Amino acid sequence: MGKARVKVPKTAKAGDIITIKTLIKHKMESGNRKDKKTGKKIPRHIIDKFTAKYNGEVFFSSDWEGGVSANPYCAFTCRVDKSGDFEFTWHDEKGEVTTAKASITVS
Amino acid sequence: MNHVKIKVMDRRTFLIGAGVSAATLAGLSTIASATPEEAAAFIAKITGGKKPTEGGMKLEMPEIAENGATVPVKVSADTPQTDKDYCKSITIIATKNPYPRLCAFHFTPRSGKAFASIRVRMATTQEVMAVAEMSDGSFRIARTTVKVTIGGCGG
Repeated sequence: MGKARVKVPKTAKAGDIITIKTLIKHKMESGNRKDKKTGKKIPRHIIDKFTAKYNGEVFFSSDWEGGVSANPYCAFTCRVDKSGDFEFTWHDEKGEVTTAKASITVS
Repeated sequence: MNHVKIKVMDRRTFLIGAGVSAATLAGLSTIASATPEEAAAFIAKITGGKKPTEGGMKLEMPEIAENGATVPVKVSADTPQTDKDYCKSITIIATKNPYPRLCAFHFTPRSGKAFASIRVRMATTQEVMAVAEMSDGSFRIARTTVKVTIGGCGG
């Protein structure tokens, strides 16, 4: 899997709902595409699960199919009440896992 | 096939010819695509047969997508997203893609809002639906139609 990028605000006030943006480099090969030279179908290889944790608690997750675009972008929200860490995990069908981390200061 | 040819062909030859051209036409679409009926069956599976209510949520997609390989989607449900009243999940369903489900989002009260944004592939011009499952066991549905200039599912 390619490199992951996450955008989390550095600071927030307690009770704020923040927006988080994530992006990961991945072909998301749907299994429908054909190799132009051989005419054979290119086997499916996608990221099928994304999970976001805030201080160890899963607050958002997503199941993906071949219908998700290459280099998947995903944005979502989180209600924050104390400073802490975020952990984002992408699982692909071949068992590969990529993790990204970020922290936030909540006042 | 033009009218002159039809006239000289006997009925049998004509019927065979028509059958072949129909088969050729069907063969043009190389990817087996889901039908709106399959999408409806898929929704029934999610809701356990319950009828979702229209509205109470938003599904935003561009009216026209020039490139079907990456079409932005924004989805949200109108909920306070508290422990007592929240949206559990939203599933995005395409009616004419190779597979009806595009993705599903799972929320918790900690999410703050039932909101997600993603980019998806669209094979062709079609209706897209979003089904939300609420914490009280009810379901909501929103629909939109996207015109696709170039399909984004390969094949």
